[in-house]
Amino acid sequence: MAADHHAGHDEHATTTGTSHNKLMMWAFLASDCMFFGTLVMMYMVYRPDMAELGGLGPNDLLDIPFSSLMTFVLLMSSLAFVLGLSALQRGNHKGMRIWLSTTAFMGLLFLGGEFFEYMKFWDEGLKLGTNIFGTAYFVTTGFHKIHVAIGVIWLIGLVAMSYRGQLGTHQSEKVEIAGLYWHFVDIVWIVIFTFVFLVPYR
Amino acid sequence: MAQAVAANEEQMDRWAVIWDWITTSDHKKIGLLYFWTSMAFFFVGGFLALGVRSQLAVPNSTMLSPEVYNQFFTMHALVMIFLALMPMSAAFFNYIIPLQIGARDVAFPRLNSFSYWVYLFGGLLLCSGFLFGAAPDIGWTGYATLSSAQYTPGQSGDFYVMGLQVLGISTLAAGLNFFVTILNMRAPGMSLMRMPMFVWMSLITFVLIMLAFPSLTIALFALMMDRNFDTVFFSPTDGSVVMWQHLFWIFGHPEVYILILPSFGIISEVLPTFSRKPLFGYSFVVFSGIAIGFLGFGVWVHHMFTVGLGPIPNMVFSSVTMLIAIPTGVKILNWLATLWGGSIRLTTAMLFAVAFVGMFTIGGISGVMHAAVPIDYWQHDTYFVVAHLHYVLFGGTMFGLIAGIYYWFPKMYGRYMSEGLGRIHFWLTLIGFNLTFFPMHFLGVDGMPRRIYTYPSDYGYELWNMVATIGAYVLGLGMALMVFNLIKSIRSGAPAPADAWDGRTIEWTTTSPPAKHNFDHIPQIRARDDFWDEKYNRKEEKDKPADEHIHLPPGSYIPLLLSFGLLLMGAGVIFTLWLSLIGGIVTTVALFAWAFEPND
Repeated sequence: MAADHHAGHDEHATTTGTSHNKLMMWAFLASDCMFFGTLVMMYMVYRPDMAELGGLGPNDLLDIPFSSLMTFVLLMSSLAFVLGLSALQRGNHKGMRIWLSTTAFMGLLFLGGEFFEYMKFWDEGLKLGTNIFGTAYFVTTGFHKIHVAIGVIWLIGLVAMSYRGQLGTHQSEKVEIAGLYWHFVDIVWIVIFTFVFLVPYR
Repeated sequence: MAQAVAANEEQMDRWAVIWDWITTSDHKKIGLLYFWTSMAFFFVGGFLALGVRSQLAVPNSTMLSPEVYNQFFTMHALVMIFLALMPMSAAFFNYIIPLQIGARDVAFPRLNSFSYWVYLFGGLLLCSGFLFGAAPDIGWTGYATLSSAQYTPGQSGDFYVMGLQVLGISTLAAGLNFFVTILNMRAPGMSLMRMPMFVWMSLITFVLIMLAFPSLTIALFALMMDRNFDTVFFSPTDGSVVMWQHLFWIFGHPEVYILILPSFGIISEVLPTFSRKPLFGYSFVVFSGIAIGFLGFGVWVHHMFTVGLGPIPNMVFSSVTMLIAIPTGVKILNWLATLWGGSIRLTTAMLFAVAFVGMFTIGGISGVMHAAVPIDYWQHDTYFVVAHLHYVLFGGTMFGLIAGIYYWFPKMYGRYMSEGLGRIHFWLTLIGFNLTFFPMHFLGVDGMPRRIYTYPSDYGYELWNMVATIGAYVLGLGMALMVFNLIKSIRSGAPAPADAWDGRTIEWTTTSPPAKHNFDHIPQIRARDDFWDEKYNRKEEKDKPADEHIHLPPGSYIPLLLSFGLLLMGAGVIFTLWLSLIGGIVTTVALFAWAFEPND
């Protein structure tokens, strides 16, 4: 009903009360769910073939303690993000910059760790086309890595905007929308981590 | 205001006009760009179809070589589905949805312009395969491993993968944009259950696009990796040969509802208007549409009954497929009940809408026949399937779209299309269509396989093939007549008033064609079929003063730049990866320019 009263006065009133940008992000995430859903489903179908792959299968290569550490870093980055958003909503611009930079740094740390793991696998002889594990592992986690990388660039952009004075307290929704994306990418990693790393290959 | 804008446009020189169209963010102009581009591609697809039919007219024909024939039927399907039917629906989404929900533009005008340019470039990329003698020749389904590098070496598979990938981006962007537009930009008082049926069916279409296209994107991405970067997703030894079929049809079946639902919406506007009755069972039509969209995700294996997945999957998917006939049947009965007892005006739009109901019912019933697994074993990959899908996609989707053209043309151009020519067009189309596709049922039952470039003379296929070919030319003549009618009517059609058909929905309250800002004041919606209600029930004064601060988005060239970057990236995978690098740079620069362009 709020929209009824404001029509004609407020250019930005929307029917649902949620801004276009935020609704768009939710819609995009619904779509993105299906992207990752398809990839994980493919992985699950290929999974039974991966138990015995002559020294280059998941049982030989995956380093669960190291990946768990990387997972921890990525999950904590979501906490840092929430603290940054909360700082901005309270008008604490300095706190917001610190926490968002921390988030971006943790994202980079995660990317670095995963890249290190890629290099290790590569050195041991697992290439894209070596076997189905190489194919499915690199493509599924790589798709996620691209998402994290985009998120890091976005975060750095937000911090830069804040330094240039273009991110006022009343614009905290911009950060909130980036947060929807960032948290989503984290949640997807939990799914990928579970099905690619944790569940035993038999 | 409208005259001022028009006069202003006349003063602009030619380049300024072209620049204005290139950079436009006006949903009506983008709608017209979509319309005419899709019409051009429709004739490309039609030309390919005539090539196919000419080759098959007589047995042992040598008009087309097998290689060229494969390219013709593959490209016919791809062009018609991705470059003609879907974009023609998009033309109506663009032009009509904002007018029907009482908005001044879409939620993201620059994204809308981006969708159009990506569509155009993707279409050109896909079709440019002909220039290199390497148009896709693997069927529109592009089954791996047939489409893998081992069995389709050379560039034709790459044109398929990259062309569709680029087009998918366009569709997804448009789907997301219109989803937000419909939910967020409705005029005050327009609750969901007061929305015009075209808007409802489109909304369901956008949800399907959002949820179905990712599967195609991933499938194409995996195929690209297999073809160009040595992965083994679809390899017979290391990967899975059935995976592609699953991924493709998880997209592919919702896709047929993406194609048909907009036409459901269009005829749900046309039938009530020309029966002077409200749509019978509005909420039934809405909820059966939702049911169709939901069930559409659970039936994909009915395209794969003969793969050999076993009796349990086949049985389950067979049952769900038959289930989907229920909501579809509900809709057909609703349309018939709408006609019942109405004061019917048989305009050309109405003729096509009524023909839609009949033709689509034939296509729907042959669809239920395929749903039974044993019968599908017999009919699979025969001309019976070709008959079925053309009754649904031409007799359904295209008839609905043509009804939409005749119905909304007066709104778009301020003139009526010629009814005399329209009638000839209708009868040529109806007769030509049935001549072409009805005999294919017989051919299919007699066992003629689809996708073969010729057939021997002693199988009894000659008569019906010849009939189908004659029908195809009649159909082509009808379509040519439609374009003649369009052009003639733009120049000298009878002037149409704002309310051209005694319409029911609010797009008929604004001028024909609408001013750049659509509405002088945003209407207050008080009922379903609000305009009808206002004319015949409320009879109140509705002359409000125009809104004072009308905000329209500025134009921008950045969407064009961004889509060009994507084109280069796609083309790079086909030709040389350096091109992808350049495309990547252009795309990145354009993305930053987009983000920082002042746009409020």
